[in-house]
Amino acid sequence: MSYLIGLMLIVIAFLWQVTLEGFQRKVTAKVQRRVGPRWYQTFMDIFKAFSKSSISHGFIYDFGAMMTLGGTMATVVFLPFSGIVAFNGLDNFFVIIYLLAVGSLGMAMSAVGSGNPWASIGVMRALTQMVGYEVPFMIVVFGMIFGYGTSSISALVEVQAGGFLNWHLLRMPLGAIVGFISLMGMLAKKPYDTPIAPAEIASGPLVEYGGKHLGMLMLQHEFAVFIEVGLFVNLFLGGGGIVAYLIKYAAVYLFATIISAVLGRFKIEQVVYHFYKVPLALSLIQAAVVIFTGLGVEIWL
Amino acid sequence: MAMNNDFNEINLNDGDLNDTITFWDKLKNVFRGNSLWMLHYCTGCGAVELPPTMTSRFDMERIGMGPMATPRQADVLLITGYLSVKTLRRVIYTYEQMMEPKYVVGFGSCTLNGGIYYDSYATINKLDYYLPVDLYIAGCMPRPEAVMNGFKKLMDMIKKGEATGWKKYQRHYEDYYSPNQIRSLGEVYVKDEFHE
Ligand code: SF4
Repeated sequence: MSYLIGLMLIVIAFLWQVTLEGFQRKVTAKVQRRVGPRWYQTFMDIFKAFSKSSISHGFIYDFGAMMTLGGTMATVVFLPFSGIVAFNGLDNFFVIIYLLAVGSLGMAMSAVGSGNPWASIGVMRALTQMVGYEVPFMIVVFGMIFGYGTSSISALVEVQAGGFLNWHLLRMPLGAIVGFISLMGMLAKKPYDTPIAPAEIASGPLVEYGGKHLGMLMLQHEFAVFIEVGLFVNLFLGGGGIVAYLIKYAAVYLFATIISAVLGRFKIEQVVYHFYKVPLALSLIQAAVVIFTGLGVEIWL
Repeated sequence: MAMNNDFNEINLNDGDLNDTITFWDKLKNVFRGNSLWMLHYCTGCGAVELPPTMTSRFDMERIGMGPMATPRQADVLLITGYLSVKTLRRVIYTYEQMMEPKYVVGFGSCTLNGGIYYDSYATINKLDYYLPVDLYIAGCMPRPEAVMNGFKKLMDMIKKGEATGWKKYQRHYEDYYSPNQIRSLGEVYVKDEFHE
């Protein structure tokens, strides 16, 4: 039964996120006063990529591509989706963060295995950026975990039940801001899309991928987005029923898109400085408030 | 430089290259025809017409096309204008790095027959001798409307399974494309540092 639920989650993630990706492109186009692609364009792109031939650059390259797709799909199964948990008791924050790292490391391994210098630069930038956004995000979430004494995401969703006044968005506003900025970094949205900069380093880690391999990495990207946005919805917006969850998800994702549609791109050291200035300070303040005063955890309304 | 009458003329359109036979082929061609990623090799004057085609004025993304950064990811290779013999070598490397199925679009009269550079010592005249061109967009330079129209035409050709240049390149590489390339370039030497 757990496996069936897991499979269902993967199918939902694929259909919803790829559809939303189409809308996201449409929204970006509207911001830039274009017409934009059809909403099913991303489906076409992915299936087209799988219908092409592809070549291998060696075992590490193939294995890494499979590892990144598999690791990310496995993570989707563990993330609570509007209260549906495939493996009870394993929906832990740490499980998700560590499984997500399997995907990133597989990507790094595979990209470096292709032997292209742009890929190495892109991977280096991706890992540097990860160091940038993970520290503030982790501090906020650790404050939350310390406050409630549990790291199970279902439990953290549970405490936000009963109306939007209980959401962590309002209980921990500074933390939510930091979480959203870190989310933009995780999604590699516009000011933080340094690792895949197409004009500077020829799309970075993706430089040597073509055909089926590229299709796998595109799928991996969609699943990774589903996890990252889902994590934000669960932790700060209180999950909710299936419809509410999907609406919140779409709102967060499209909001990030609108912000990124009008911004330029940071250099990699600007990304890290940026994350280590305001978001880190805000996250430290938020964690201090939660730990020493209990405001937002024990003391609330 | 090689003159036009040095090239061996053979019938490249022998045999049936149309691949829209089974249901799966048709389905694949629908996907391929609805999503084209292009790699623009901006050598000639034609490059200036591409930014308006790609951005808000004419918005290429509405028909499912987009620019790609590397040859591996791309489906269409755009040759935007004249090609000097020196850049031809790079274009051939680029073309051979692309994943099949791949298509070539020639922009402007320079790729058709040499255009105003027909008697130049440094440029090639007819791109079709060296790479299988699926579609020419005539003009000097074609306007973005003509470019978009050409892409729509290419998409229709792909959906019907008529854009088979990459199969022609496979079938006639030995007896047509390779001798022509060598005749213009001299020896073709590929340096592969990574796998040495
Ligand atoms: S066809 Fe005309 S515009 Fe195009 S490259 Fe040749 S001379 Fe330039």
